[in-house]
This record gives sequence, structure tokens and C-alpha cells, in this order.
Amino acid sequence: MESILSFISDNQLMIYLVILMIFVGIELIEKVPSVLHTPLMSGANAIHGVVIIGAIIIMGEAESLYATILGFIAVILGTLNVVGGFVVTDRMLEMFKKKKK
Amino acid sequence: MNQSILNLIYLVGSLSFMIGLKMLSKPESARKGNLVAAFGMTIAIFGTIFLYDGIKTSNYIWIFGALIIGTIIGTLMAKKVKMTGMPQMVSFFNGMGGACAAIISLVEYNHMGETTDIFNFSEGFGDTPVAVINGLKVKLGIIYLGLIIGSISFAGSMIAFGKLDEKIKDKTLPLQKVINIGMLLVILGIGAAASLGNIQWPNIIYVVLTLSLLYGVLFVMPIGGADMPVVISLLNSFTGVAAAMGGFLYDNKVMLFGGILVGSAGTLLTVVMCKAMNRSLLNVLIGNFGGGAATGEAKSMTGTIKEITKADAAVLMKYSKKVVIVPGYGLAVAQAQHICHELEEVLEAEGVEVKYAIHPVAGRMPGHMNVLLAESNVSYDKLLEMDDINPEFKTTDVVLIVGANDVVNPAAKNDPASPIYGMPILDVEDAAHTIVLKRSMKAGYAGIENELFYSPKNSMLFGDAKKTLTDLVSELKSL
Repeated sequence: MESILSFISDNQLMIYLVILMIFVGIELIEKVPSVLHTPLMSGANAIHGVVIIGAIIIMGEAESLYATILGFIAVILGTLNVVGGFVVTDRMLEMFKKKKK
Repeated sequence: MNQSILNLIYLVGSLSFMIGLKMLSKPESARKGNLVAAFGMTIAIFGTIFLYDGIKTSNYIWIFGALIIGTIIGTLMAKKVKMTGMPQMVSFFNGMGGACAAIISLVEYNHMGETTDIFNFSEGFGDTPVAVINGLKVKLGIIYLGLIIGSISFAGSMIAFGKLDEKIKDKTLPLQKVINIGMLLVILGIGAAASLGNIQWPNIIYVVLTLSLLYGVLFVMPIGGADMPVVISLLNSFTGVAAAMGGFLYDNKVMLFGGILVGSAGTLLTVVMCKAMNRSLLNVLIGNFGGGAATGEAKSMTGTIKEITKADAAVLMKYSKKVVIVPGYGLAVAQAQHICHELEEVLEAEGVEVKYAIHPVAGRMPGHMNVLLAESNVSYDKLLEMDDINPEFKTTDVVLIVGANDVVNPAAKNDPASPIYGMPILDVEDAAHTIVLKRSMKAGYAGIENELFYSPKNSMLFGDAKKTLTDLVSELKSL
């Protein structure tokens, strides 16, 4: 209990940020036409690939063999998420663009 | 200096995610939005590699090696996949992100174990101030949350991927609901106890990891039918939250920003999809929906079905005023979207008004049909959403249902025993005629009979969607 309270007061700004962010996320996609649901889900999927930053940090700081191997795998997986996610989304949206002409 | 530049880069990265997501939600700007977000991601990645304090230059080779391997595999997979396989591809990439988050937690846990005596909380660390101990407890809690959410997302996404690829079948254990809730409570309980220092066995984290992976499997395993899109969207937001945990761990704003953004946007998208199928999010979380369909309680159908020849179907459509096409997964499987567009053009040339009725969960993902039809140059304004097209069925002469089943099943409206009861459907029975184009009488993805097929107004046209549509087009041209 005590630790939770002290965490909250120590990280006030972070918590405000999270709460605001939740609303921003909801606000941003509230009026999306269902046409775009799949590309949007795919785009969001690519964005959470930002977790790769954490993978790069553990890889870069790695000293032990354990951290090196796991870090290496984590960076590969994270890259798959980011690159695959953006490329798939682009392929979906490419079709919408072609159509407009 | 480096740190300030990196902070600025993270700020730009975060903004680009927000703007990118905003642009993604409008058809005109969607593609650019994706590129904007990708730009933000790129600068954040390279900024971290070159400017983050603590990255050893001796490890560059590993980082770049992994980046190159990941980029090559990811690009190949994403380029090679067919449009019909998109949903499982998204699920696969989502799982990779979840696994990445779980690994980060594992490594950070070990790192913590090396630097501090984290397994002796209850005795305190001698003179260590309470605030420091509390900070460590919170950090452990975040590590556990990242691990649990990441592993569930990974295991669940892999199962969803296998299911959509039709490599894994639906399975329900007896007492599945009880087992699932129990397991989730046990996982969270162990995680909480370990974070607070009540469990002092270092390897407990691997127990949590194993249980979380198992839970992910059990969570998705019984879910079948049209519910899979909801699961993917939910797992997508899970991974977002897991990424945000990494943001807390490293006090990294761009991870926090991107993660929370996807977490909340993904949850909203999930709720929107649930609404479209008349299910509550709670049902999703307990992992108890859709599975009932496989047990086959649906009543057996009586009555006769009527077949129609391609020539008759062509004549029927040619002399109609208005034809509505209802596309479903069968159209995607048969890759019939191009010929479908051709049929539309031939009919329009004859003066027939043609529209498409898109059910929110047609195919395997919301918007799946729109993507496919857009690929074959079908114009936007011909694609009508359920609420817009439903009143129009009364004035429609022929509804051509191509490879769709559950989304036009009247049981959703008038059979309370049906597993899909309550799901909004396309009111195709209001039209003068319906023609169902299907490979066989086999039930749809939800595994239930469709009484529409036995309606006197309905005719069946058996065969592969692409081949049948091709024949229909040539019949129409020769008339």
C-alpha cells in the first residue's frame, strides 16, 4: 500500500501522461470508418513495435551470454514486428490509393 | 548533450505516432499516416542505438545483425503474403512484439538479480531507505506485468495465427471457464507476491512465464468463428500495454507513448467490434464465446433447398433493377474479388444498379472485404455498411451472396438457442430473391446451419466462387 502511494507521488507526471494518452488514443480513432479498421489495426500493430527500443537497450547493455542471446532474439522479434507491421499496412493502403485514380 | 538530442528525437517520434494514427483514420491520408509513423519509429530506433547512454559500441554488431535479419525476414513475409492471409499476418507480427516484451522483462529481471539482492525484501536491505525498497518493488511489479502480458499476447497470437491459417482446430476443455479464470488469478497472484518480496525463489519468474504462455494458449483455443477478429484486436492492445511497461521500466517516453496509444486505441477498436457482434468485452476476457458453436446445439433444418443454373441466375440478374452483392470469406479464399468487380461492371452496362453490402465482421477481420474489393478497383461509394444497406434490401431484386454465411443467417434474429443469436445481420431476406454462391452445403465458420438456404425465395449456386462468377460473367455477355 505504502509503496503504491509513494510510487504515485513519485511518478505523478508519468501517470498524468498515461491517463491523457488513453484519452488521446480513444479520441484519435473514434470516428474511423469501418473501411479502415483492418489497416488501422495493422498500423497500430506496427506502432507497438516500439517495444524494440527496450530490446535495443538490453542488447546494447548486454554483458552476460544470457543477456546477449536473449537480447539478440528480442531485437530480431521487435524488428519483425516493426518492419512487417509497416510493410503489411502499406500494402493494404496501397490498394486504396490505386483506386482513387 | 546526447541525452537531450535523444529526448528531442523521442518527442518527435511520439508526435509522429500520434499524427500517423490520426492520419490512418482517414481514407485520403491513411497511407501517408503509415509512413509518418514509420518515420517516427526509424528515428527512435537509430536515436537509441547511437545516443542512448549505456549502449556499448562492441555490441553494435549484434544490434545491426539482428536488425538486418529481422528486416529481411519481416519484409519478405509481409510482401509474400496474399491479401487473404493479412489477418493472420497481423496476428503473427503482433505475437513477435509480445515475445519481445516478455524477453525484455526476463533480461531485466536477471539484471536486477545481479545488481541488487532483490530476493530478500522482507528482511530489508539493512540501511537501505524504504523509498528505495519501494522503488524496487514497483520495478519488479512492472517487470512481471510486462512478462505476463507479453507472453499471453505471444502465445495467444500464435494460436490465432494457426487457427486463421487453419492449422489449428477449435478445442474446448471441460470447465474451460473455471480453469481460465483460476489460471489468470494464480498468475497475477504469484506475480504480485513475488513483486512484494513474499516469494524468494529467483526462478519463480520462469513459473510465471510458463503459466502465462499456457494461459495465452487456453485463452484463444476455444474461440472460433467470427470472433477471431476481436481476439486479434484485443491481443494487439495487450502488446501495446506490454510495450508501455517497457516505457515505465526505462523511463522511456516514446515507448510509453506508443504503447499506451495502441493499448487504448486497440481496446476501443475491440469494443467497437464487440458491439458489432453483440458481445460484451467481459465475455471476451473470460475466453468463453464462439466456442459453443462447435458443440453443435443448433437445431437441424428441415425443408428443401433449390438450385439454380448459371444461365437462369444470369437472366435473373440482367432483368433486375437493383442487385446487391454480399461478399464473405469465400470470396477472399477463391481470390474472386477481380471477377466480382467485372460482374459488377457487366451488370452496370446493362443498366442494373449494383451495390455491395459489407457486414462489419465479414471475412476474418473488420474491413477485410473493403481491402479486398479496393484491390480490384471497386469504387468506395458502392461499398455500403450494414446500417446503410439494410433498409435498401426491401427494394432490391436480387441479392448475390458470395461465400458469406453467418452474416446473413436469420437465426441471429429469431433463434435464441443459436450461438450467434443477437448478432446484427444483413437483412437479405427482405429482398425479392437471394442467390447463395457456395462451394457446398457445409456450415459456415461458426459451425451452424443457415435457414436462409431453405427459404422459398432463395436459390443455391454451388461451386468455387471465382469459377462460378467467371461463368456468370460469360453467360451475361452472351445473353
